[in-house]
Amino acid sequence: MYTEDTIAAITTPPGVGGVSIIRLSGKDSFTIANACFRDQKQEPLSKRQNRTIQYGHIVNPEEEESPIDEVLLLLMKGPHSYTAEDVVEIQCHGGYTAVQEILKVVIAQGARMAEPGEFTKRAFLNGRIDLTEAEAIADIIDAKTDKSLQLAVNQLGGALSKKVGALREALITLIARLEVTIDYPEEDIEEVSINEARETIQPMVKDMKELLETAQSGQLIRDGLMAVIIGRPNAGKSSLLNALLRKNRAIVTDIPGTTRDSIEEIINVDGIALRLVDTAGLRETEDEVEQFGVEKAKEYINDADLIIAVVDASTPLTAEEKDILQAISGKATLICLNKEDKGVCVTAKDIEAIGQFSKIAPISAAQGEGLTPLRELVKELVYGGQVIPTYQALLTNTRQITLMETAYKQLQQSLETMDQHMLIDCVVTDIRGAWESLGEITGQSVGQSIVDELFSRFCLGK
Amino acid sequence: MYTVDSYDVIVIGGGHAGAEASLACARKGHKTLLATLNLDNIALMPCNPAVGGPGKSHLVFELDALGGQMAINADKTAVQMRMLNRGKGPAVHALRAQSDKVAYQKLMKETLEKTDNLNIKQIMVTDLVVEEGQVKGIVSELGEFYSAKAVILCTGTYLRGKIITGELTYTGGPNGQRAAEHLSESLRQCGIELMRFKTGTPARVDKRTLHMDEMAEQLGDTQYHAFSFMDDWIDRNEQMCWLTYTNETTHQIIRDNLSRAPMYSGLIEGTGPRYCPSIEDKVVRFKDKKRHQLFIEPEGNHTQEMYVQGMSTSLPIDVQYAFLRTIPGLEDVEIMRPAYAIEYDCLNPLQLTPALAVKSIKGLYSAGQANGTSGYEEAAAQGLMAGINAALYIEGRNPFILSRSEAYIGVLIDDLVTKGTKEPYRMMTSRSEYRLLLRQDNADLRLTEKGRQIGLVSDERYARFLKKKEQIEEGLHVLKEKQINPTKEVQAKLQAMGTAGTKTGVTAYDLVKRTELDYGMVADAFDLPRYSPAVEEELNTSITYEGYIKKQMDQVEKVRKLEEKIIPKEWDYMAMKGISLEAQQKLTKIRPHSIGQASRISGVSPADISVLLIQLEQYRRSQGQVK
Repeated sequence: MYTEDTIAAITTPPGVGGVSIIRLSGKDSFTIANACFRDQKQEPLSKRQNRTIQYGHIVNPEEEESPIDEVLLLLMKGPHSYTAEDVVEIQCHGGYTAVQEILKVVIAQGARMAEPGEFTKRAFLNGRIDLTEAEAIADIIDAKTDKSLQLAVNQLGGALSKKVGALREALITLIARLEVTIDYPEEDIEEVSINEARETIQPMVKDMKELLETAQSGQLIRDGLMAVIIGRPNAGKSSLLNALLRKNRAIVTDIPGTTRDSIEEIINVDGIALRLVDTAGLRETEDEVEQFGVEKAKEYINDADLIIAVVDASTPLTAEEKDILQAISGKATLICLNKEDKGVCVTAKDIEAIGQFSKIAPISAAQGEGLTPLRELVKELVYGGQVIPTYQALLTNTRQITLMETAYKQLQQSLETMDQHMLIDCVVTDIRGAWESLGEITGQSVGQSIVDELFSRFCLGK
Repeated sequence: MYTVDSYDVIVIGGGHAGAEASLACARKGHKTLLATLNLDNIALMPCNPAVGGPGKSHLVFELDALGGQMAINADKTAVQMRMLNRGKGPAVHALRAQSDKVAYQKLMKETLEKTDNLNIKQIMVTDLVVEEGQVKGIVSELGEFYSAKAVILCTGTYLRGKIITGELTYTGGPNGQRAAEHLSESLRQCGIELMRFKTGTPARVDKRTLHMDEMAEQLGDTQYHAFSFMDDWIDRNEQMCWLTYTNETTHQIIRDNLSRAPMYSGLIEGTGPRYCPSIEDKVVRFKDKKRHQLFIEPEGNHTQEMYVQGMSTSLPIDVQYAFLRTIPGLEDVEIMRPAYAIEYDCLNPLQLTPALAVKSIKGLYSAGQANGTSGYEEAAAQGLMAGINAALYIEGRNPFILSRSEAYIGVLIDDLVTKGTKEPYRMMTSRSEYRLLLRQDNADLRLTEKGRQIGLVSDERYARFLKKKEQIEEGLHVLKEKQINPTKEVQAKLQAMGTAGTKTGVTAYDLVKRTELDYGMVADAFDLPRYSPAVEEELNTSITYEGYIKKQMDQVEKVRKLEEKIIPKEWDYMAMKGISLEAQQKLTKIRPHSIGQASRISGVSPADISVLLIQLEQYRRSQGQVK
């Protein structure tokens, strides 16, 4: 939607390259950048020389100024910028966490997540680019070909929309009950007391707070599929991981886990981010056989969207391996038969006898051969809709987080409004706002449905 | 054909829409004809004897500020008034008047007759004359031709009207009147799409046969208010209403006779309103409800007829008697006029522009129930707007369109022309997203200037308005300047007023902001000037609600730019790249006036809107316009 607010987005491809760029455009760009940029100089960014580069740190001003990354800022005042608006570009280290954190901070400071193609659109609407280029923009934001959006919605289908749906349902029930007594004050309908409204909203606020906390804890996944490589020691997990990384390595990030220190690697499989959890990291410090037992494997299995089990085909299956394979039967699983060149003790048939697996493929991890089935499987699972993300954090992108935060603030505001003894016309304004913000998360249209609710729930009329 | 006369504007229909439309045109100096099929039924109230209520009263206040008539006449002919929703906040306060129906009709007829440039005639219109996409005039059943530069359809429920009571059906308008049988066909031939709607009204009963002691009295307010800015607040409490309830026996009788109800026997095809269900509908749809309430309301000062609100039905007369007589207070009831349902043709409002002009025919406007609405107030508001716009069209001026953030009238018309309606549309406050801005109490502040520019606000009203505005500004200034220091005396005063003391001192403005205080209390305690109740009401609301009002203003500002982007009329959406098919179809049908309107069409996504914006910018550049 075209409004003249300030927008922000990561303008570099996700997870690729040594530098990532976050672009801010709009009248508050300088103010927002100023709020989270720290360097030696005193003067605000808006007073500094136009078209210069500034060196410093981005901090989160709401969390005791904790520094996020060292950055370079490019200052470009409108109309001499790409969008002809005030633009600030933040160049930070290429990686996963820092760039996302910076985006979150600038959004918390008042920027809005840019829509696809929005910078270019603004450039056009502000007279910066010509007609032929504009044709291309129409393609970028083409509503018919927005497959990635659709995909995102499909993936989210289950858990998030269920959760948001439940929140919305509870809200609309309350809204309908409040509104009906306003529009039909003389009907024989019990009025909702302020206390009742408060008691309905309080647990919802708590719920939403928890959702937001998981989204923001930083330990949980915001994008991509989580894949776990399992297998007994020496089966070839590390070789497979290294082979995958050699060809597809995007970035390496240290993400401290909640219960263990594991290393996650992100690879790019034809545009799909795959987060590989290297269970190999565990056994270096611990007694491997005992630690990597069935229990541990199950823990991973529960968290993973995709399981890659590496089996040493040159030696017979151990009892533990069989247990693990049984435990992952029926899930999105790729079984890699490694080391077939050293003799075949285990065949695909032997594996099939143990359980149901998505794909069984021979590989040679050491030579980096046979990785194609993995790519195919990933694509098949994602585009075929078989992978349902199991994120504990349901809110997976900044847009959703922003909307949930808005809804959360609106509901809190409604509670404050009640505490101040304001009347129902004010109280219901924020509740309606929250209901609409939640609707935007899952893309449900709003419109007339409040009125529809009134008529379907209550017996009204002359 | 015999040409009788030439007019600037011809209004077809003399109901609430027609009356306001013709007054607006004539008052703006245009030679106007009001053609009605019965001069005795100008501004008839064929259903409830009341004006106002939530959402509807807001429309009446707004119409008044723009120079319409309904508010003034409703004030003069009220027999009881109540301010509803007093405990729910000023944004939803809603004035409701019980009206003397006959007095209202007489007064409106008199108002019309006394208006310069306006002729009212008893004419049955059979044909609309359109040549080359331009309206030319009307033909009557007697073969007379009246030419006009603009025509406004205010046909109410009369187009192919059909009355249904039980097994009986006949062609007719409400209240034993004739139906307009031929005009529908003429409209269809002009390419206008019609829909079939249904509504109904309850029985009128003889007051002398009711047992008032078995019902609960419903008094009006003792101290009160007026719809019109020009009327002082006076006590209007001559008449009483009564409340009683149905019971299981009532419901059983209705259930036993459902097979004879036209809604269920298939005799009725039209779509009825969900908010105004018949009693048989209520009993069927809400099985668990043990009782339904009904209000007994007077039809006027000089009649024994009472309106039985809540009991609209099309069941046969013997069933009507049977179930009414099970209700406490109505055991011996005599029906004076039976309840009935009515079916009628109306326009699909998606064919209209936000100026209420029919898109396909130049000079043709439409208002009221003809556009698929319900209610006197909705009709009057549209009548005024259609009248103003027909007049502006003749004057060659830009149309007058109110946005959703400016008025309930804007919400009403935008909903109709953008979303359409599948049932008779009734205004409700919950339809407005800017409810805190669109209050009864500030309708004058919102709209009087606009009415003045249009030319419908008299010098007297305008002077009175400026004075009120000045006093509000003065009041705000006085409150902000008045410093209240934390002396012992002040603390005692505050305590006596039931509010917290102050540590560092406050302004009087801060005190009014406290929900437990109002201007009057603060003024009396700290020697500030007192103003009229209307001025003090405005001060209280704007101060207490300041933060909330600001928040809604910010939202309005966000979408304002989109409202100001006007879309070229000739756009071919089907040929446009990058828009979803559903959006292409909807846009082609609705042909939105602005990008803002387009963004509210269901099925048009934000991505579609982005494409439209780009197309608009391309168009602008191709037209060689410089920014």
